[in-house]
Amino acid sequence: MLSSSLLLFIEQCMNGLQFGIMLFLITAGLTLVVGIMNFVNLAQGSLFMLGAFVTAWVAANSGNYYLAVLVAIAAVALLGILMEVLVVYRFYHRQHLDQVLATFGIILILNELARILWGAQGLSVTLPPELNRSIELLPGLTYPVFRFAFIIFGLTTAGLLYLLISRTRVGMLIRAGASDRDMVRGLGINVNLLFALVFGLGAALAGLAGSLSVPIMSASVGMGEPVLMLGFVVIVLGGIGSIRGAFWAALLVGLVDTLGRSYATTLLSLFLGSKAGASLGPSLAGMVIYILMAAVLAVRPEGLFKAKAS
Amino acid sequence: MTRFKPSLVPLGLLLLLSAIPLGAYIFDAVFALTLATRILILATAAVGLNLVLGYGGMLSLCHSAFVGIGAYVVGIGAYHATNDGLDWMTNGFIQIVAVLVFSTLTAAIIGVISLRTRGIYFLMITMAFGQTLYLAAVGADLYGGDDGMTIYQPSVFAGFALQGRYVLYIVAAIVFSLSVFIVDRLARSRFGLVLQAAKMNEPRVRALGYDPVRVRLVAFVISGAMAGLAGFLLANYTEFVSPAEFNWVRSGDLVIMVVLGGLGLNLGPLFGAAFLLVVEDLAPGITTHWPIIVGLLVLLVALFAPRGLGSLLTGEARND
Repeated sequence: MLSSSLLLFIEQCMNGLQFGIMLFLITAGLTLVVGIMNFVNLAQGSLFMLGAFVTAWVAANSGNYYLAVLVAIAAVALLGILMEVLVVYRFYHRQHLDQVLATFGIILILNELARILWGAQGLSVTLPPELNRSIELLPGLTYPVFRFAFIIFGLTTAGLLYLLISRTRVGMLIRAGASDRDMVRGLGINVNLLFALVFGLGAALAGLAGSLSVPIMSASVGMGEPVLMLGFVVIVLGGIGSIRGAFWAALLVGLVDTLGRSYATTLLSLFLGSKAGASLGPSLAGMVIYILMAAVLAVRPEGLFKAKAS
Repeated sequence: MTRFKPSLVPLGLLLLLSAIPLGAYIFDAVFALTLATRILILATAAVGLNLVLGYGGMLSLCHSAFVGIGAYVVGIGAYHATNDGLDWMTNGFIQIVAVLVFSTLTAAIIGVISLRTRGIYFLMITMAFGQTLYLAAVGADLYGGDDGMTIYQPSVFAGFALQGRYVLYIVAAIVFSLSVFIVDRLARSRFGLVLQAAKMNEPRVRALGYDPVRVRLVAFVISGAMAGLAGFLLANYTEFVSPAEFNWVRSGDLVIMVVLGGLGLNLGPLFGAAFLLVVEDLAPGITTHWPIIVGLLVLLVALFAPRGLGSLLTGEARND
């Protein structure tokens, strides 16, 4: 039998891992889009939000969570490609400022559309019985099946993504695009198609992250933006355009953020006394991750993993 | 820099700014006066941002954090004066010094770290830092946490309280004019020329012996202080502060104001702020889902008028 504080620590590490995997699903597409197309997509958080809403809505109407996840991924991927074909492609050669404005406008539109379609209250989802229980991972440590499945499924997706990027022809083109997109164009590759594909893939992954997050955080308007910020921290830490960097940075951010939130109050109480610790802890906990980013930037401005594209 | 003769610009601005309270008084249109005050306050922050974004080419997405710092200085001062009897904390002079110290210090820290990078990195990092301060405000339970707090005592300057519609308008107009004057002087100074040159050709500026990063840092800090002052006025104007002041969406609004008015046009933010705030004022009357209107507008501006609304009329090129 392990001590209860150690079990709690392991459980928080698992939660951190699960949060990190969710962040990876959002940032994988984001970092590719930034790295290959040199495009800042602030609306990635909104795609995440729509994934969550569509999942909750379909699950409520069909009673089938698995079906809802599939529908959400397809819907968000389609919306992503639509966004790319209608708006985004016009901005690849424009300044970052114009890209920020355009995607800022898209955020306002998508957030308000979600409010019109599903209301300001937010939607939650009931899990199927086989996911809605706990299993005993270690003696004395029970863990929700859903979060465990989240981790396994997320890691599998990351693995498949890795195979797609490193072993297939499309992946080769994507990597080539990240290091020198003009050369790829020069070799006669249909870059427009490739870009739309990458954008759709990124959107699908963000939608998947939203689908998997509904049972944990429930869908609400504006849920995407805090996640987008953390996504940016992940990209900055991992290096723009690097999937591998995004993966490790996402796990790091997930772990540090989750552990920071659970232990900041305790740690601060040790140094400052319990009263000051209890009042400062929660506000500092959310900041831990940004302090980490500042520290990394001070030492390595180009991120922990050297980006392939500059 | 502007299309008008330089000597006529201050005169025109003075006439415009004094016509509004006169008009409001004659036509008894107080709402116009309060809207104009709000426009002037946010335009002050946007003029500061223009120094960084328009002249310096740095896309900062954390300027609402400086506005928030200025607003919270007033809020925290009023809180302790009301609850703990610390009346000196509503002293306007002390508050202004505190606003300047905190906003310049914060801007210096954020600037030193963020300016190690450029382009996409810079905008993502400033956005993340803005979020840090937002989270700090949300976590500050003593000062209302997520809900914010009402300000029961305005800033007092030697017995003169910063309240009342006309007083606030006049003070906002003076601060705005001062900030326009300062940025105008800076832009023409050697410092401003180096800042603009570094945006166009950094290696050449380095070769001339200037340190572009240092020049950018100074611009960032000055700009942060101006946004802080705007926050100081905003808190006295709304008599309320909340973490929403820090929210990155507010930073986005400031960027939109600068772009709408025309990048690097010193008076541009006034027109950008006026346009955006009038739309935000009118749109809720058309539909409750007015953010869609603003969103579409922003998207259309990004698509068709990235050089500002003025360029739609004149077809003039942005000077970058």
